[in-house]
Amino acid sequence: MLKIRNLHVAAEGEAILKGLDLEVAAGEVHAIMGPNGSGKSTLAAVMAGREGYEITEGSIEFLGEDLAGLEPEERAWRGLFLAFQYPVEIPGVTNLEFLRASVDAHRAYRGEEATSAVDFMKLARATSKQLRFDTDFLKRGVNEGFSGGEKKRNELLQMLLLQPKLALLDETDSGLDIDALQIVADGVNTLRSPERAIVMITHYQRLLDHIVPDKVHVLSGGRIVRSGGKELALELERKGYGWLEEAAA
Amino acid sequence: MSETASRTSPKGDEAIDRHLAREYEAGWVTDIESDTLPPGLDEDVVRFISAKKNEPEWMTEWRLEAYRHWLTMDHPNWAHVHYPKIDFNSISYFSAPRSQADGPKSLDEVDPELLRTYEKLGIPLHEQQMLAGVAVDAVFDSVSVATTFKSKLAEAGVIFCSISEALQEHPELVRQYIGSVVPYRDNYFAALNSAVFSDGSFVYIPKGVRCPMELSTYFRINAQNTGQFERTIIIAEEGSHVSYLEGCTAPQRDENQLHAAVVELVAHKDAKIKYSTVQNWYPGDSEGKGGIYNFVTKRGLCAGERSHISWTQVETGSAITWKYPSVILRGDDSVGEFYSVALARGRQQADTGTKMIHLGKNTKSTIISKGISAVKAENSYRGLVRIAPTADGARNFTQCDSLLIGDQCGAHTFPYIESRNPNATVEHEATTSKVSDDQLFLCRQRGLDPEKAVSMIVNGFCKEVFRELPMEFAVEAGKLLEISLEGAVG
Repeated sequence: MLKIRNLHVAAEGEAILKGLDLEVAAGEVHAIMGPNGSGKSTLAAVMAGREGYEITEGSIEFLGEDLAGLEPEERAWRGLFLAFQYPVEIPGVTNLEFLRASVDAHRAYRGEEATSAVDFMKLARATSKQLRFDTDFLKRGVNEGFSGGEKKRNELLQMLLLQPKLALLDETDSGLDIDALQIVADGVNTLRSPERAIVMITHYQRLLDHIVPDKVHVLSGGRIVRSGGKELALELERKGYGWLEEAAA
Repeated sequence: MSETASRTSPKGDEAIDRHLAREYEAGWVTDIESDTLPPGLDEDVVRFISAKKNEPEWMTEWRLEAYRHWLTMDHPNWAHVHYPKIDFNSISYFSAPRSQADGPKSLDEVDPELLRTYEKLGIPLHEQQMLAGVAVDAVFDSVSVATTFKSKLAEAGVIFCSISEALQEHPELVRQYIGSVVPYRDNYFAALNSAVFSDGSFVYIPKGVRCPMELSTYFRINAQNTGQFERTIIIAEEGSHVSYLEGCTAPQRDENQLHAAVVELVAHKDAKIKYSTVQNWYPGDSEGKGGIYNFVTKRGLCAGERSHISWTQVETGSAITWKYPSVILRGDDSVGEFYSVALARGRQQADTGTKMIHLGKNTKSTIISKGISAVKAENSYRGLVRIAPTADGARNFTQCDSLLIGDQCGAHTFPYIESRNPNATVEHEATTSKVSDDQLFLCRQRGLDPEKAVSMIVNGFCKEVFRELPMEFAVEAGKLLEISLEGAVG
């Protein structure tokens, strides 16, 4: 599903990713861990097509297509979803209208009709409930005045409604208390299926107790320096990142 | 009124002309063709207009006084707008509906950009032709709708007609109210309008009557081609209610570059007037050529206790907009409101805002202004809140937000507050923001293309104003913003 080969990325003239390789197959859940500044969030941003990042070498292939030539929305339509680390507010736009516009944009790409207001309302309500949101939540402005935990759960809500093929979670666990973490993890787990892949970017191991990954990678100095099974995360928890950074240097 | 839209045909063939003349006895519809005045303005022109409309002598005299006063005034230059000096002698002050020869012969001769917009708004072909100024047959649907509409209003005792008609049928009412809220001495353009006004709407709601429907210029079929110097008067007697809608979301072309309208509202004790405008005059081509100059004086008088006047406007058109719908709060406990969205894009210039003049005790005003500037546009908010010594317990709340799209546009705020009463409360909040890259990226990551994303963000920004509009107007206004913003990003 996802093939990243020898990826070099620069932002404002500074090299951040320096030859990253990663392959994710359908049905798999991967975790990318690493110290601050290792390039984790850059990887997520460049995959989603954010402006300001330049691919200087290598490629990202998603479902057999090179992403370099695609606009952010075109990547989204093909099933790539990014759950943001810091979701922004859009004042005055209600969650409901934002979600519906988003779902309808995806449907239009697939050649399907727009959702009916009633059907969509039912679906949005049911999904909100699953994430333990109050009913008035859909009427509030997108992330407007939300707590950190609510913003993260709202990202999950968008993800569950869009049912992406590849979900990228950028530090989705940061700022969540233990209950919220459980809600988010349960939501992500419902999305696991043989047709989908999930890539979690995280600094801490605790998310992986709730969403158990098939593979764990360590990103350091702009490259994947080690890959392994879920036991690698436990090892990192014990030893920290220092020993890997030394090994990579 | 200069933003007035009528979706009926400006000019039909003879049979239709006869039909219209019989229905409404407006008198001038059929014989006007030969009566276009050459450009220029003097007392004879003023007399001619008045005579042409068969006006009472006091009306002629009032026009002449206004004209003489206008001659003593200077063209105002305080607004934050720039345009070449207007030659008032190059304008014809009484013109027939454009003849077939002047207008475009077919839609092929019309700015393709304009046609593309019509298509997006889903406007039927015959209405497109009408709006673009192509001479076509009248739209009979609208005529029949208007007739039904009129009989329903008559049952309720509501007067809703053109001001020319009102001068024939209800001269005493017009005499009592014309110039009572906006005297001809008020400002340069008000004086000019008073001298040469062509037509406009007249609305009278009797005591205790709640107008059975929203009054829309859409149905006022006599509104056709009255464009340039309109005069509108709305009177709500004690305890009455009326909601008046002006304008049309479709961009309208007009050969008259200068528009100077006057609107006067009077709300008596416990009466409420809600006046909503969607203004979308032709802003000109991408260089700003051919756009309308819109200089409007709109003012309401809350004459009685607990009276209420509310202005809601969505301004997206015109090359230059100069407009400050205001409320004089004379009655104790009266309420004035101003909700505005002004969007300027391309080379448009908008200088708009409001004045709230508090005279009565415990009067209350609310101002919510949303200015959006895109590309190279200049958008200014200019507001005055004046609290007189008599206005004990007066309160004002002003919120003035600006949104910038792109980095070559400008937003300016000129708030003036004059409080001469220590017991008054005046609050002012102002913000300026940009559509951020983060917001755009979030929307695009969720599958919205950049234009849809910007329009959604802008609509969210305007929400507090849109919810004041009647439902169908609000939906159209949202769509209008979306179309207006096309090409503003990227």
